[in-house]
Amino acid sequence: MAVSVRDAEKVKYREFMERIEAGEKIEADDWMPDDYRQALIKLISMHGISEIMGALPEKEWTPKAPTLYRKLAIMAKVQDEVGHGQLLLRVAEDLIKPYGKTREDLIQDLFAGRLKFHNVFHWKTKSWADAGLIGWLVDGAAIITQTNMLDCSYAPYARALKRIAAEEVFHAQHGEAIAVALATGTEEQKEMLQDALNRWWPALLMFFGPPTAELTGSSKQEITIKYKIRKNTNEELRQFYLTKYVPRIQGLGLTIPDETLRWDDEKKEWIYKQPDWNLFLKITRNEGPMSQERLRLRRLSYENNAWVREALGLNTKIFAS
Amino acid sequence: MKPQYKEEVIELLYQLADDDLLVSYRGSEWLGLVPHIEEDVAYSSITQNTMGHANIYYSLLEELGEGKVDDLAHLRPAGERKNAIILEEKNGPGHWLYGEPRYDWAFTVVRNYFYEAIKKRKIDSLKQSSYEPLRQVAVKIDTEIPYHLMHWRTWFEQLVRAGGEAEERMKAAVARVWEDIGGVLSLGPNEEKIVEAGLIESEAVLKERFLEDINKKFTELGLKMPGEPGMKKGDGRAGFHTEDLEEALAQLSEVYALNPAVPW
Repeated sequence: MAVSVRDAEKVKYREFMERIEAGEKIEADDWMPDDYRQALIKLISMHGISEIMGALPEKEWTPKAPTLYRKLAIMAKVQDEVGHGQLLLRVAEDLIKPYGKTREDLIQDLFAGRLKFHNVFHWKTKSWADAGLIGWLVDGAAIITQTNMLDCSYAPYARALKRIAAEEVFHAQHGEAIAVALATGTEEQKEMLQDALNRWWPALLMFFGPPTAELTGSSKQEITIKYKIRKNTNEELRQFYLTKYVPRIQGLGLTIPDETLRWDDEKKEWIYKQPDWNLFLKITRNEGPMSQERLRLRRLSYENNAWVREALGLNTKIFAS
Repeated sequence: MKPQYKEEVIELLYQLADDDLLVSYRGSEWLGLVPHIEEDVAYSSITQNTMGHANIYYSLLEELGEGKVDDLAHLRPAGERKNAIILEEKNGPGHWLYGEPRYDWAFTVVRNYFYEAIKKRKIDSLKQSSYEPLRQVAVKIDTEIPYHLMHWRTWFEQLVRAGGEAEERMKAAVARVWEDIGGVLSLGPNEEKIVEAGLIESEAVLKERFLEDINKKFTELGLKMPGEPGMKKGDGRAGFHTEDLEEALAQLSEVYALNPAVPW
């Protein structure tokens, strides 16, 4: 009996692999192997919670944005990010349902450090230029990773990404407009932007994750590629990014803070100074420059509004719908 | 335009613009701190609309030769501001930027609900204003106000009806906001001239309509009407303000004030 169950599972697994290899899409109610579901949960809940936590670095500059126009634009941008978070958490909620879990569990996982948020959102912001740089270059990096998954084998995620990627293009334009205004402004404004780039450059390289699992001890890129969730490796994505953005950054008259950076014509790849992967590891343990402050803010607002959730009857089973 | 008439137009426009700027500034501080994700998206929409309204009023002032929109919004000192004091008050203890903000959602719901209710009555009145540009603006803004009002009214009803701690918090917030909500109704020391110029109806008329709205809602919810709307901390239209306004202006102008002469 046990043998035949295992055989049946094997058949299902083979059929599943045939489907995704033929380019077919998996829906929420379809059968899927457990490690596929696990990989999706990890990826999508992290993506969703990162959109929510990612609102915080820009929130730091929203009330201070220089003009009414910029205040309105950055508010709309942060609102989009929170909206993406909502959309993605819905996708994740469908995946965790068989385990009897809800959004509340994801929030608790975040607080307990079991669910991580993206490494790029653990960094400090220092000036208004950071807000522009995040919109331009961090959202630009997000566009690269997200478009790489537009053809993802899991249909609900692919659909969400399609919407998100379209909005991220506006965000990158919004960020670029801020950067251009600063780059073509006074010496003080130019310095502000250059300083932001100097501080954010290692974070932008780290954005795509380590090139190999050996460097940091773990990487989930192999399984996501095997299951056709994404197409390219971390390093390939970083190379695409450098090809797209190095000329643009230099075009604005900025200096990239890496003297070793160059395009190697023989190897057909960018040579660059590796960021500090030990710092990356610290960030993944929520020990980055702003990890604890941002988690604290999230936790505080959660506790502070407990009475509201209780009044709405949401405390036991928050947004389980 | 007669100089006297222009003066009254300018006076009223500053009141309308500064009210919307301060209430939307306080809204922007709530980003990421509201009770749930869906509310973050909804409240942000309202805040953007409201800041957009401030922008429209400041643009009318710019057309009247008062200066650049962003100078008017960011650089005028507290003493020149015309907003009602209740709108400049902090959202609660702490600071929005990692200063342990323990913001008060009940206060925010009540302040915004009453504010939008009065704004609706003002906008309706402005649709008959003697000043044509204001009439046009009122028609445009009126397309958004009903949604804002519905949003805050729904929160108000839900939290009062929930009973227990929520109801107690809401009652306390009503008592607190009521003490100064009269500042939003106020048309300031020049009320008579503003009304005579046909720019908007009188405070007494606006107040009567607002009380009618609130009375109806309070009766429905079994809440006791708190009496006359107060202006305990003073009339912002006459230049009375609190430290909270100084703090808000310092934050919202921090970057712009580095160099107001250049594009950002």
